[in-house]
Amino acid sequence: MHTTKRCALALAVSALAMGAGSAMAETDSLTIVSWGGAYSDSQNRAYDEPFEEKTGIEIIHEDKAAQGLAGIRSQVEAGNVSWDLVDMLQSEAQRACDEGLVMEIPHDEWLATAPDGTPASQDFIDGTLGDCFVPQILYATMFAYNDEAFPGDKPQTIADVWDTETFPGTRALQNIPQKNLEWALIADGVPTDQVYDVLATKEGQDRAFAKLDELRDNIIWWSEGAQPPQMLADEEAVIATAYNGRIFNAQVNEDQPFTIMWDGQMFEVDGWVVPVDNDADIEAIKEYLNFATDSQRLADQAKYIAYAPARSSSVPLVSTHADTGVDMKPHMPTSPENFQNAVQFDPAFWADYGDSLEERFSAWLAQ
Amino acid sequence: MTDATMDRPAAKASDDGELTTADGTPLAVSLRRSHAQARRRAFYLVLPLLAFLVITFLVPIATMMTRSVQNYEVADYLPTTTAAIADWDGTGLPDEAVYAAMAEDMVVGSENRTIGRVAARINREIPGVRSQMMGTARDIDEMSPPWKEALIAEDEGWANEEFWRLVKRETRTLTPIYYLLSFDFEYNSHGEIVERPEEYQVYRLMFLRTAWMSLLITTLCIVLGYPVAYMLANLPLRYSNLLMILVLLPFWTSLLVRTSAWIVLLQQQGVVNDMLVWAGVIADDGRFRMIYNQIGTIVAMTHILLPFMILPLYSVMKTIPKSYMRAARSMGASPLRSFVSVYMPLTVPGLAAGVLLVFILAIGYYITPALVGGDTGIFISNLIARAMQGSTAELKLALALSTILLVAVLIFYWLFNKLVGVDRLKFG
Repeated sequence: MHTTKRCALALAVSALAMGAGSAMAETDSLTIVSWGGAYSDSQNRAYDEPFEEKTGIEIIHEDKAAQGLAGIRSQVEAGNVSWDLVDMLQSEAQRACDEGLVMEIPHDEWLATAPDGTPASQDFIDGTLGDCFVPQILYATMFAYNDEAFPGDKPQTIADVWDTETFPGTRALQNIPQKNLEWALIADGVPTDQVYDVLATKEGQDRAFAKLDELRDNIIWWSEGAQPPQMLADEEAVIATAYNGRIFNAQVNEDQPFTIMWDGQMFEVDGWVVPVDNDADIEAIKEYLNFATDSQRLADQAKYIAYAPARSSSVPLVSTHADTGVDMKPHMPTSPENFQNAVQFDPAFWADYGDSLEERFSAWLAQ
Repeated sequence: MTDATMDRPAAKASDDGELTTADGTPLAVSLRRSHAQARRRAFYLVLPLLAFLVITFLVPIATMMTRSVQNYEVADYLPTTTAAIADWDGTGLPDEAVYAAMAEDMVVGSENRTIGRVAARINREIPGVRSQMMGTARDIDEMSPPWKEALIAEDEGWANEEFWRLVKRETRTLTPIYYLLSFDFEYNSHGEIVERPEEYQVYRLMFLRTAWMSLLITTLCIVLGYPVAYMLANLPLRYSNLLMILVLLPFWTSLLVRTSAWIVLLQQQGVVNDMLVWAGVIADDGRFRMIYNQIGTIVAMTHILLPFMILPLYSVMKTIPKSYMRAARSMGASPLRSFVSVYMPLTVPGLAAGVLLVFILAIGYYITPALVGGDTGIFISNLIARAMQGSTAELKLALALSTILLVAVLIFYWLFNKLVGVDRLKFG
């Protein structure tokens, strides 16, 4: 009997504690979903720690952005939304917004103006702000190669990647159609500004797959972002597509002899969405978004990772790498010499044609 | 049980000769009651597990199956159009009434933000419709009747007969389309079921590939595992314990670590190729590709699943007395004959358990094929995972594919039960 009473007491106390915990979660904390790893670290140091210090609101991290869209969808459908802010690619944010899973964000009302007074809606890089989406960083996916594999001439252009006579060796590409089809068309001579028009036609799609066929025997496929730098380091591949931040990390922190081929880089933005019906205080979310996407905070993030701030006014504020002191400006995908032949990844195109091209790509890959 | 019956007062014969208990109830009733009570008590004990299984297993599977045929998007989010288009005969373009209904639905849909859901559904079958519908919905407030001209002027996609036939067809709330797609079939624009164009056919191939690779992996596990289990069962205890640890050690190591270790071993600049080059078997530029293809998946998965074959085999072999083989020999059977006719049949329960475990685990494997499978070495589960990240329509395709995979496993289990008898299995 005595033990039963004690058990009941313990239960009551823990229930109280849990109740208090969830009550606190509603007012004094924000649950933020991001990608984990070096990327979350950079966000943590650039925005979250200063934000916690400034406001006393606790930030709870979940590294589940890879399942971001599926996660928001199931939480909204179940009517139990525990995520307050989710870090997403623009293409996924577009889908979430179309389906009404995330809130529409009045940009100039919620977001900070630039130091010179430019409103937010004009400060972010063209075409990156979405109805429901506030970009943070701009990253590039591009080809990189191991210097040691090419003692003489180095590959310079996308066409060189397809030139296995002059530049023999294995290429590592990601096992998705996105970007690979665009590059195949560029290698086949399509001007960068017409890539998506061509890819929207049946003939253009056939042409892209035929071009990929040419390279097929020289390709190994990667699925996780950590793989390509490793494949280059092991000389398993001599040229690989990769995220620029990963290659920067290998160059600077691991001293690998890698070079980024900026020609035909495909850039894309990544940023915040706010799931509808979430359980947080809307004012806290506004405050966080305002703080975390202001010009200084976005520039600060570039101290920790080689992704470019998505605001024009942040570019001059970018300084040096926090740990090694390397000047970050030349490593930014947006720096003028890197940006010359850049292609903007088109999330709207992929929202329209993604389902069918992904299936065709899977079928092609399985042959 | 015994407690329950002992609590009852002793039976005594009543006046009319029927056996009753002290309080006058007939003995048969009283006995039935006490049995029922015992059964209830036993049921309460399994209730938590039962509830757990229902909530975490049966309900999600049932949800998965129902959602894979649900098709409420058009009917729910374009209700006026659904009503108006019922009268259209499907030839030519629908008349103004249908266009007006569509315009009305779009006004409501863009306010509620539901128009994107139906756009994504139709876009699954006619790529580009998403932009057409979202773009029009954005401008709908500034447009005015006649709606037919207004919509077609806004986007020529509204003059596509195929689009309207699709809308009419998809007003039904249940659809087999995701199952058709799973077998590489689809509807053509006239609503007939046809095979998909060759460049889109992938799922049948992947189901078959998953099945034969899993069979191959199971066979390899038998070939490699049987002798090991035999040795473990017949060595003196101190050696067999050491060997057992060697079998179990990889079993206790993280899956990712073991998979990565195979990458280090098998890649072109890896240990195995280096040794072959060093031994002069192959030239430096003729290194084998043993990973990021089927070979990689088969090797890594065989290694990972091997303990699931060895352990049930070992547990059965351990119980087979050595005297049986000696008896067979003494009656004149050759060593091979006595092994094949006496020993092997006795190991069938363990072998069958191993086959069942390895095959069913293999057929749903995900992470290893994803990491080392490259292009031709991936399984259907990898395609399911990819589809789950896509639009809601893709999600439903993933659900249909998963249901088919589940049914395939159940059929395999049923067949296996017919052939071997599941009640004979010994898992360890």
